[in-house]
Amino acid sequence: MPIKILMPALSPTMTEGNLAKWHVKEGDEVSAGDVIAEIETDKATMEVEAVDEGKVGRIVVPEGREGVPVNDVIALLLEDGEDAGALESVSGADAAPSPNPAPAANGQGRPAPSPAPPPEPAPAAPAADGDNGARQFASPLARRMARQAGLDLSALRGSGPHGRVVKRDIEMALGGGASAVSALAAAPATPPPPPAVFAEAQPFEPEFELRPLNSMRRTIAQRLTRAKQTIPHFYMTVDCEIEALLALRRTLNGKADGAYKLSVNDLIIKACGVALRKAPAANASFSDEGIKLYKSADVSVAVAIDSGLITPVIRDAGNKGLETISNEMKDLASRAREGKLQPEEYMGGTFSISNLGMFGIRQFDAVINPPQGAILAIGAGEQRPVVKDGALAVATLMTCTLSCDHRVVDGAVGAEFLAAFKDMIEDPLNMLL
Amino acid sequence: MADTSFDLVVIGSGPGGYVAAIRASQLGMKSAVVEAEHLGGICLNWGCIPTKALLRSAEIYRYIQHADDFGLSVKGASFDVGKVVTRSRQVAKRLSDGVAYLLKKNEVTVFDGHGRLAGGSVGARKIAVEKGGKAVADLTAEHVILATGARARSLPGLEPDGKLVWTYKEAMAPDIMPKSLLVVGSGAIGIEFASFFRTMGAEVTVVEVIDRILPAEDEEVSAFAKKAFEKQGMRILTGATVKSLKKSAKSVTATIGTGGEASELTVDRVVMAVGIVGNVEDIGIGGTEVAVDKNHIVVDEWLRTGEPGVYAIGDVVGPPWLAHKASHEGVICVEKIAGLNDVRPLDISNVPGCTYCDPQVASVGLTEAAAQANGRKVRVGRFPFVGNGKAIALGEPEGFIKTIFDADTGELLGAHMIGAEVTELIQGYGIAKTLETTEAELMHSIFPHPTLSEMMHESVLDAYGRAIHF
Repeated sequence: MPIKILMPALSPTMTEGNLAKWHVKEGDEVSAGDVIAEIETDKATMEVEAVDEGKVGRIVVPEGREGVPVNDVIALLLEDGEDAGALESVSGADAAPSPNPAPAANGQGRPAPSPAPPPEPAPAAPAADGDNGARQFASPLARRMARQAGLDLSALRGSGPHGRVVKRDIEMALGGGASAVSALAAAPATPPPPPAVFAEAQPFEPEFELRPLNSMRRTIAQRLTRAKQTIPHFYMTVDCEIEALLALRRTLNGKADGAYKLSVNDLIIKACGVALRKAPAANASFSDEGIKLYKSADVSVAVAIDSGLITPVIRDAGNKGLETISNEMKDLASRAREGKLQPEEYMGGTFSISNLGMFGIRQFDAVINPPQGAILAIGAGEQRPVVKDGALAVATLMTCTLSCDHRVVDGAVGAEFLAAFKDMIEDPLNMLL
Repeated sequence: MADTSFDLVVIGSGPGGYVAAIRASQLGMKSAVVEAEHLGGICLNWGCIPTKALLRSAEIYRYIQHADDFGLSVKGASFDVGKVVTRSRQVAKRLSDGVAYLLKKNEVTVFDGHGRLAGGSVGARKIAVEKGGKAVADLTAEHVILATGARARSLPGLEPDGKLVWTYKEAMAPDIMPKSLLVVGSGAIGIEFASFFRTMGAEVTVVEVIDRILPAEDEEVSAFAKKAFEKQGMRILTGATVKSLKKSAKSVTATIGTGGEASELTVDRVVMAVGIVGNVEDIGIGGTEVAVDKNHIVVDEWLRTGEPGVYAIGDVVGPPWLAHKASHEGVICVEKIAGLNDVRPLDISNVPGCTYCDPQVASVGLTEAAAQANGRKVRVGRFPFVGNGKAIALGEPEGFIKTIFDADTGELLGAHMIGAEVTELIQGYGIAKTLETTEAELMHSIFPHPTLSEMMHESVLDAYGRAIHF
């Protein structure tokens, strides 16, 4: 019996992936550990290794295919002594190419229609689907409600016993609930169809090149739309004088001797970590079960990359030295650009920083990165006139705006955090305390 | 010196408390129970269990009276109320002893006395145990569950005296069999006593303030029950209130207001069954963040009070006042404390309720009126006992089973039954609801013939116009 190679779930939120590249072709011998393919997920590109040894009998999902559901058969491996005839013994349904057509490769012509409701999910009595463990357990009521709503059950994470999809999960997916049961489920499994207006071609529209959405772009769209629509955001802004911070950075970099090179951002990460320790109520997230008060300040730092945006996490930022933060951040950012981050390196942060200072932006309001409770938007440091002791003076100011989820972070809590943060930035020696 | 430091101390050993303590012990927590009276609480000692023993005597007495219908002759059937009560007490004692054994087997320490919160700090709560005014133990626990239960509500001017005006407690161990009885309140407790005493031959009058009896049940069940009781000779006054009770040496004269009119009724005894209130007094919650609303402790979905590490379960947190609800809350509460993953909050719509009158009443989920009030489009199925072979063979042709489905999704919203043995049937729909079956799975299920359970199938079929046997 040929061995089925399945689309792997490379992260807990992954429901489908793009088959970016095959490293093998039909007829190639592979042994366990060989890299056979590259899969592009919503966050990164990852390599798939062969688990068994054998000969590649059939490539079921061709290179470039997008949206391949997790656990679909992507290739068949012939075991020692098996010939190609054995391939026919694999049930047609499993090994047939996925019916999900690849979108028009280069997007000429009309825009892609809005994603149609997914194909009819499994009928009420699920097909006995053998050994690949992909069966999605769901209550009969959940199955029927999903079918009526055109929801793809396999994209849902069940909150019932042993991960069974139950009525509540369907109601959540249909937008009935404020937030999902767990933080992971908060990543929208199946977004509501976008408003029709986006799908329609606008009249008198000039010609355009349509760039297909990659998975990262889709994820950004889903998560941020959901964040802005469901999280009651409010904002508060503070100006910080950064001369002392810049001086400290110069002094430290002056004696680094190549071991590190601190950026202003590294100092801001550290200041955030310490400030969250001093205002722990801001290091929290909202869930239906209650407010999660995190015991460690794990700071997500937004990094722009070619395909979009990703937020690698500096764990326990308040307790790490600046050199460690700086070197970790360099490593994470460079691997982020290569699409090589591991899930644990960009998931599970408790608070985010988005810094657009390097682009000269003076002030902006960031969208909260769910399920976190707040995000700090950092503007450029620039010389501005200030009034000091009744006289005009010049100071280097950096404007920072905190976006808060009002369900978790009330005004006073946010203000307490910002005051602590400002204190660290303006008198950075306080970070040592 | 007994150990006084625990992971969990439960105050109250009713079906909520003792189950919570045993579950905690299974999960590796060192746990203790503090009980002021009897292990097993009201349920085992003065509630569910002893009343079932009494009602069993009544049921057999009724069978004997109808022996002739089955071709049997029994002459001179009579009863000895003392023996009936003695049996009921023995049953209660046996189960209370069983709880003691279960607690011991699970290494739960039992403290005999009145427990109350006595300060301490988060993570190290103090519990003072007192017996007869003397301190017997000072306990420390990381977590405390208040499972102190509830007691009969009393109305001003109608206070029970334990002699002529009874609560459930005296009604359960009557010294005489009253010739006439007034039952005030027609919830499960009132109706069970009304049914018991009527079957034993008393002239029973039931007074209910709203316009129907068994107010928690579906209206069709209330109406059917009223007819059945009246056929047995019970007098039922709905939309009526007892204004006053005038006691003489051996009887009580009640003034009953119905509409604008008042009438008098003289009876041997009165049973007050007008609801229950939580035991929130003298448990040390004054000055803490444990909030009380309408005589019940306020908790969240995980049974947490406002005080970290202090929880409350069962009757003391409010309706439905049912032993199995208390037990389930105890398990949820403890599993959440232990950090288990697969814990779900109690879904009230999946808690079945049973009333052991004759005919029996059982239900789970929404009534038809409640479903409609929730804006549901419903499909309703009904099946009568008279269409069921087993019911006819048993000589129990009275009753019906009603099912309510969401017309759009086929979700089973509620099931309501009245008739013989329905209290043993309702769990079938309870499982169906908990598993979220639709009408389709119920239709596909095979119900054994000949059983009363076939009516459960037929009722579902009827909701979709497919009943076979009626």
